Amino acid sequence: MHPLDALYAPPPAPPAMHAPDGFFAPWLSILGWVVLAVLIAVALRQTRSQLGERQVPLMGVLAAAIFAGQMLNFTIPGGTSGHLLGGALAAILLGPWAALLVMTAVIAVQGLVFQDGGLLVMGLNIINMGVITAFVGYFVHRPLSRLLKGTSGTLASAFVAAYLSMVVTAAFAAVELAVSGSSPLGFALPAMVGVHAIIGVGEGLLTIFALGFILAARPDVVQGAAAPGRRSAGFALAGLAAALAITLLAPFASPYPDGLERVAEVAASPAEVEIPPVGFTVPDQPRFFGAPGDAPYEVLPDYTVPLLGQSGIGTIAAGMIGVLVVFAVAWGAARLLRRTAHDGHARP
Amino acid sequence: MPPEILIDDLSFSYPGGTRALDSISLSIEPAERVALVGPNGAGKSTLLLQLNGLLRPAQGRVLIGGLAVEEPHLGTIRARVGMLFQNPDDQLFNPRVFDDVAFGPLHMGLPADEVRARADAALQAVGMAAYAGHISHHLSLGQKKRAAIASVLSMSPSLLALDEPTSGLDPRARRQLIDLLAGMSVTLLCATHDMRMAAELFERTVIMDGGRVVADGPSARLLADEALLAAHGLEHP
Amino acid sequence: MHIHIADAYHEAASPLHRLDARVKVPVALALILCISLAPTGVFGVYVAYFALIMALAVLARLEPGLVLRRSLVALPFAGAAAALIFTVPGQTLARVPLLSWAISVEGLLRFSSIVFKSLLAAQAAVLLLAVTRFTDTLWALGELRMPRTLVGIVSFMLRYLFVLADEAGRMARAREARSASLEDRQRRSILFEARTTGRMIGALIVRSIERSERVYNAMLARGYDGRSLALDAPPLPVRDVIAGLGVTLAAAAILAVSLL
Repeated sequence: MHPLDALYAPPPAPPAMHAPDGFFAPWLSILGWVVLAVLIAVALRQTRSQLGERQVPLMGVLAAAIFAGQMLNFTIPGGTSGHLLGGALAAILLGPWAALLVMTAVIAVQGLVFQDGGLLVMGLNIINMGVITAFVGYFVHRPLSRLLKGTSGTLASAFVAAYLSMVVTAAFAAVELAVSGSSPLGFALPAMVGVHAIIGVGEGLLTIFALGFILAARPDVVQGAAAPGRRSAGFALAGLAAALAITLLAPFASPYPDGLERVAEVAASPAEVEIPPVGFTVPDQPRFFGAPGDAPYEVLPDYTVPLLGQSGIGTIAAGMIGVLVVFAVAWGAARLLRRTAHDGHARP
Repeated sequence: MPPEILIDDLSFSYPGGTRALDSISLSIEPAERVALVGPNGAGKSTLLLQLNGLLRPAQGRVLIGGLAVEEPHLGTIRARVGMLFQNPDDQLFNPRVFDDVAFGPLHMGLPADEVRARADAALQAVGMAAYAGHISHHLSLGQKKRAAIASVLSMSPSLLALDEPTSGLDPRARRQLIDLLAGMSVTLLCATHDMRMAAELFERTVIMDGGRVVADGPSARLLADEALLAAHGLEHP
Repeated sequence: MHIHIADAYHEAASPLHRLDARVKVPVALALILCISLAPTGVFGVYVAYFALIMALAVLARLEPGLVLRRSLVALPFAGAAAALIFTVPGQTLARVPLLSWAISVEGLLRFSSIVFKSLLAAQAAVLLLAVTRFTDTLWALGELRMPRTLVGIVSFMLRYLFVLADEAGRMARAREARSASLEDRQRRSILFEARTTGRMIGALIVRSIERSERVYNAMLARGYDGRSLALDAPPLPVRDVIAGLGVTLAAAAILAVSLL
């Protein structure tokens, strides 16, 4: 696909990231909005103290740059194209809170102007593409670039940070889909993480080259990325942990009657009931306008087996090994670059 | 009545060391129209940015209407000095034209109906009333420049500081802009390369070069002095 | 030269277009919420919602085909849900030949319900976007208590989006012009492509930062002091509120009937 074509078409999104309405459960979507509202409030306070009066024009125009940057795709041999999401890059440049606001703007405009992504689920979409990517990107890049030192260290860390930001957010999205009953975890998790384990390479490459250009042209911008204070870092990690906990524990919070209902079905006709890796409640016979007693079970699907079945654990293990491999490669590349680079004096 | 602009022994250097302004002294009376000419790098834009405190002098001082350009007067001064930047896209930062024209009076703390009245009047004055609801991006360069002028006119400035207003304009848009400026009663200080406009609109010319004022006098005399102009990289209109 | 990015607004003079944006945005969200809460397998509900949406589309002077077509963007995501056909336990309808996966009736119901609901929700979004200018949507969100700073950020983004897209287009064209040789085309590896594109993105970002500094100066010059201000809003027309409530009640009624 010709890169210019992208500029005449609605901005393409990384696959399976801009979820349309209907794929995340309403309760989860609303929870997503609530969590996002809190995070945005914190972000606004943080950016006001970090960036001051210039925060609005800076983040606004940068959001436009990220959006425009997302439209520039590059051809991958084999006929597909890849492009930037940008959460990690924004976080490396401006810190996680400003990046959160920037990505919120980008995703909001994509949903509300170009119809890319649903409206009710936008909170979750922003959390996936804007919060998780930004925080993973930032909290991987910062310590890693300090560890590796120098410009090449910064760039190698950026690759790892951007790569991981994609993989982790894919995992979150898969769990959200599973919790919503829209896709079994045994399918969604390996599919999403697997796909993004490859897409992440593109994100890493684009991030590294963009950052390299920015470091050369305006090093003050990257240095100016104020570190969040210890307190807000703790807040961020707590928020992330809470989000993770909620998505993982929600299935176990099923109301008792649903569980009983399930057990009753199995007891009544065991031969006909298939037990899949991850279980779902089954609706009664469909009627034209619904039967009395149908609960809105979309709201809280229950699970009869632990969330992480055999396939789930295997996927996560594979993912972790992959991450370690990527890390090792990046480390090796960084050492190599440091030996050949002239810029021993450059600081991250 | 104090001068509209009083610049007293002003010096300024950019971080990095280039001395952009070197002991500049200048006095401009209310309703005067002054053209600021000189080669690129002479310091014209830098001087303009001193007038409303966007840049601060390293030495010397600037007084607008008798007020020093520093806190706590900056709000008053920024309403008084209407600055037109080189690139109107930098100055029209709201999605719609009307929002940009209303921005100034809104931030002056004026009540809503006065803000609206001033915005309407300013758009009328520049002939852009029909474009109030338009998206700035869709305007031509000439229209953008006029919208930008409206966005400062709505603040009722007593002085317009313009940075290359006619650059990039086609002959018709240029003529419209010159006629618009000709009809104004406020003090005008205009940095420009457009020597014909300088000769037509501005009765006084200040020539800058290398951060200094090298000549200051009636346009009729200065702009006819070919040797002087050539010495500073300028051409006769 | 302007790049035209196709946005979803559809100019027309219709009662829906004239409605106050502060009514349209919450009502659209309420409609989407009702659709999302509809139970699985109750297809009458989907038909009812479809009728409601089509009625609104006619009222908005939109051709129904347009609304339907634009909602199809939700379909590709259905791939994620397709696995439900095989994993939801229930009556086996058939088996996939080589894999011996069981297709269950309940799985098909589940899958098709998700697909229908997401299409309906997308149609509601198409309606909203087609009858509301984004500048009005943004204004409405500010009036509905979205933090003004965030409104400001989105406003700036919108303003400079097309400017930067133009710049991106110019860079892309310049890149094409410079890489005219056949040899270059063949040598293009993913690394090369990523490097060129990455640098363009970096250039966009640097330019945007420099532009933001100039814009900030222009804002200061007009008295900006960090506050995000807005002109007070006209009062909400009662007629619009009633219309909005009407649509919301209709959507809620359909949902209520389905749950009974």
